[in-house]
Amino acid sequence: MEIITKLLTETFGLQLDNTGQLVAGGLTMALIMALVMATCAIVWTWAERKVAGFIQSRYGPMRVGKYHGALQPVADMVKILGKEDIIPDDADKPLFVLAPIIIFIASLLPWAAVPFAPGFIASDMDLGLFYIFAVSSGAIVGILMAGWASNNKWALYGAARGAAQMVSYEIPLALATIPVVMRTGSLNMNDIVIGQQGGIFHWNAFHDPFLFVAFMIYFISSIAEVNRGPFDMPETESELVAGYHTEYTGMRFALFFLSEYANLFLVSCIATAVFLGGWNLPVGNAVVLPGLVFLAKAVLLVLIQIWIRWTLPRLRVDQLMHVCWKVLIPLSLLCLLGSGILLMVSGEIAA
Amino acid sequence: MLHEHYAVVLLFILFGIFFANLALGAAKIFRPRSNRVGDKGVSFECGELPVGSAWVRFNIRFYLIALFFIIFDVEVIFIYPWAAVFKSLYPALGSLMFIEMMVFIAILVLGLVYIWAKGDLDWVKTLSKRDGNKEVSGA
Repeated sequence: MEIITKLLTETFGLQLDNTGQLVAGGLTMALIMALVMATCAIVWTWAERKVAGFIQSRYGPMRVGKYHGALQPVADMVKILGKEDIIPDDADKPLFVLAPIIIFIASLLPWAAVPFAPGFIASDMDLGLFYIFAVSSGAIVGILMAGWASNNKWALYGAARGAAQMVSYEIPLALATIPVVMRTGSLNMNDIVIGQQGGIFHWNAFHDPFLFVAFMIYFISSIAEVNRGPFDMPETESELVAGYHTEYTGMRFALFFLSEYANLFLVSCIATAVFLGGWNLPVGNAVVLPGLVFLAKAVLLVLIQIWIRWTLPRLRVDQLMHVCWKVLIPLSLLCLLGSGILLMVSGEIAA
Repeated sequence: MLHEHYAVVLLFILFGIFFANLALGAAKIFRPRSNRVGDKGVSFECGELPVGSAWVRFNIRFYLIALFFIIFDVEVIFIYPWAAVFKSLYPALGSLMFIEMMVFIAILVLGLVYIWAKGDLDWVKTLSKRDGNKEVSGA
């Protein structure tokens, strides 16, 4: 935010008072984040197909664009723009129209508190981490709304499964970050990143064994939270056609798709900021090209998620619930206990 | 100063509404007009005509999961502020602070153990266990 307001007032020479700076800066950050989301959808759909092709010993997209189907996402976008807009006769029309917008907003809002670089965070709020979990769960409302409004059995099953899965995995997801909050003593995302300065063993994920387990719990839960394989129960192609967006066409479908890929990148960004040191380098205290370091870590996590999706078979619904309630939640509570005791006995916080 | 951070959230919401409608509006310009002929407006059900409405009574399990979620999510909400001040208040309060929270968590873990023992966490066996009817394996 500071960087953007500085750019607006000094480089472009806008004369703004405090309110003007806030509004202009905030809207510019929102525009940048929306463009980040759109870029996510473009880059990750292409990367996903190429990685899937690589894993399955085939090429993936090759024709559109000169280099390895590089323009395939653009072609998809053009195709989606030309698609007819169909709302089923039996659908609940107001809810049907509202659902994609709600899902889009729910996936745009968390970006407000993602610290890409020092001074490049839309809202440096003290509640950062809490805010991210709070607003991103709004997507559950959107999914239920989409599934219910469609008046389609596949969509309803997908939505009910999706809601059950997302609310369940929200608990280990949030519990896994609590040891980090205890160690940092703050929910502010900037503070969390700054607290991990000084090399790889000061990053929360590699600081001690309990935090490493917490990172693993977070990573597994985050894959489930964004409904990706092996946890893609809400949209299991082989069982539920397409899940909660079965009845959606054209741009409304594109909004679901956009949010899905943006969320994939969002959870990776949060994992980077909370567990993998954010913009800090693996060695030393220097801050060099913070934005690029942050993006490199987040991109690596996304590629691992794509790798997992195309390698592991899908879980059953009962297995999914078993993993969450009987494995991840007790384990994350143990992590909380262990890292609390470690914090006290190691003398890291003054007694 | 504090309000500014949350004003940005409001701006994000407004921009989100604007951007989503912009995308939908752009599609409106390019796409063909829907002629709604034939069965185009019928809900998809594998190519057959749909049997009844999808708005039916739904499995109770999802409701149970939602109930458990509320309990544990509220627990998490209570732990967050404690975790945020743990570092700064520990020198004054000592390990008492930690033990108090562990007692709170232990009470909720007791609840988890209870629903676990009751079989409410099992996706398939829930109903049969509840009725004490051990022979029925599926619900």
